[in-house]
Amino acid sequence: MLRRLIGSVIVMWAVATLVFFMLRFVPGDPVAAMLADAGGPDEIAAMKRQLGLDRSLFVQYAIWFQNMLHGDLGASIYGSRAAVTDVLAEAIPRTLSLSLLAFVIALIIAVPAGILSATRRNSATDTTVSLLAFLGLSMPDFWLAILLIIVFAANLQWLPAIGYAPLADGLWPWLSHLILPAVAIGTAFSAIIARMIRSSLLEVLKSDYMRTARAKGLTPWMIMFGHALPNAMIPVITVIGIAFALLISGAVVVENVFAIKGLGRVLIEGILNRDYPVVQGAVLVVSAIFVFSNLIVDLLYGVIDPRIRLN
Amino acid sequence: MTLLRVENLAIDVARDGQSCRLVHDAHFSVDRGETLAIVGESGSGKSLTALAVMGLLGEGLSVSGGHILFDGEDLTTISARRHNDLRGSGIAMIFQEPMTSLNPVRSIERQLTEGMRLKNRLSRRAARARALELLTEVGISDPERRLKQYPHQLSGGMRQRVMIAIALSCEPELILADEPTTALDVTIQAQILSLTSRLCRDHGVGLVLITHNLGIVARHAQNVAVMYGGRVVERATARQLYRDPQHPYTQGLLASVPRLDLPRDTPLRPVPGAPPDPTVALPGCRFHPRCPKASDICAEQVPDFIAEGGHEVACWNSGIQKLKSKGAAA
Repeated sequence: MLRRLIGSVIVMWAVATLVFFMLRFVPGDPVAAMLADAGGPDEIAAMKRQLGLDRSLFVQYAIWFQNMLHGDLGASIYGSRAAVTDVLAEAIPRTLSLSLLAFVIALIIAVPAGILSATRRNSATDTTVSLLAFLGLSMPDFWLAILLIIVFAANLQWLPAIGYAPLADGLWPWLSHLILPAVAIGTAFSAIIARMIRSSLLEVLKSDYMRTARAKGLTPWMIMFGHALPNAMIPVITVIGIAFALLISGAVVVENVFAIKGLGRVLIEGILNRDYPVVQGAVLVVSAIFVFSNLIVDLLYGVIDPRIRLN
Repeated sequence: MTLLRVENLAIDVARDGQSCRLVHDAHFSVDRGETLAIVGESGSGKSLTALAVMGLLGEGLSVSGGHILFDGEDLTTISARRHNDLRGSGIAMIFQEPMTSLNPVRSIERQLTEGMRLKNRLSRRAARARALELLTEVGISDPERRLKQYPHQLSGGMRQRVMIAIALSCEPELILADEPTTALDVTIQAQILSLTSRLCRDHGVGLVLITHNLGIVARHAQNVAVMYGGRVVERATARQLYRDPQHPYTQGLLASVPRLDLPRDTPLRPVPGAPPDPTVALPGCRFHPRCPKASDICAEQVPDFIAEGGHEVACWNSGIQKLKSKGAAA
């Protein structure tokens, strides 16, 4: 466990370092972009000195790294000059709310769909679920997002089309702004998980211990949720861990469609403006989410599977 | 009333729209406190017959004829719900593979108590107390610790003991044991078998012991049904069967078991040939292609069951058959 934690920290450091240097090798000068045609060479040099961009790469890296360890990610070098931590503190709850809601919606759809299609294999229900799953997988999330806006926001006017309301404003305002983007992101995820649950469950239902469970005369509910599903979920959880990362990257795209200023938007604006500190901070957070969700998956294994818990 | 009476049971499998008969005619009966052994080689239909009694035939398999009377109730016609009620509390089953028959992610306690809590409406505490009793009864030491453990922490023999405890937990009237010792070490096999038959006798439970090993039958069963190619071909008490096997197949089986009471260099005589392919229609007695005594009629007509003093056999050329035909002629 300790080894896993140390490994996670190393991964995050590697990602942060990689992003730091890659950003600086990308053509395009932030100061030139900022000052556009307004400044001459003197102003540019002065600005660079002010932002610390005139020093050597390694000195910049050392300073940034040292500050990061102190929890200081620097300030945006573009526009407002807001502290990166403040920008992120505003964006992270939005993206996390969005991804978690997408995750929950996806599971609410995927688990029953997977169970239904496995227990009624080759029936009309199974075929329908499979078809819907392929449809869900093949629809690009931004396109689905636009469709959802057209139907539910523009035509039916049930839900707001854009924006975000924090949870502090109440549950419904928060939820109503997030449902459409969450569905847009969660659909493909849900399709993957439903297919996984189906195949994993089919395997489990054939096993000897399921025959034992049936021979005990247990109720169908006990057999499914007590015996079959815990075993079937072991391989599914691996996929959920990886797919959760996909959910975050889906959020990056869909946030733009719904004009939610989450991590995705921060990241994209940062890249367009060559706003080094913001991009570095955002990437650090995203990698932290990846690493953390994989850590949770590892912990979940132990909870579900006693064979892993004890080893 | 007989505890379990299986009459003319037929089981079909449907594959690619075609139906094929796997069990043609299984019939036997077993009473409380009694052990019946069903003997036959792989594919003879003995496990299928047991699964039909449990109502757990797999996909595509179905009972297509005959009756299974349990306490007078015909299991082939009752509702699926009623059958499920009977499982565990009326009829329990012990399976062949102890290594894979327990759920790997559930503790022994949960697997052992869930049946009792559902069927006997026991509280968690009462079920736990009874589980400790059961584990002690099946010879598991330190039951407190074992209850908390998971199947992978137990040896094969111990898992099979747990399976026996589970089978006994809801106080069934009948236990079906499908080759309960095949997957175990030889030294453990005898222990598990003695344990199973002793517990069934003590609790007044009827036991159907399915096996391909005639050697274990003599020790543990009072009655024997020999199955071949989906048909019961001979039924007798264990004593009758060993002393005077009537069906050439039974004779072949007995000749292929090593015996300590014969000279050491007596060769074993295996039954020649291979079991019949159930997908190929075979008129007459299904054993005739391998039978040393086969005559013309064997390939034409299925022999009827002839009984003499509780010993039944389906063979045109058996001693009983000849005795009967002579009597009929005179």
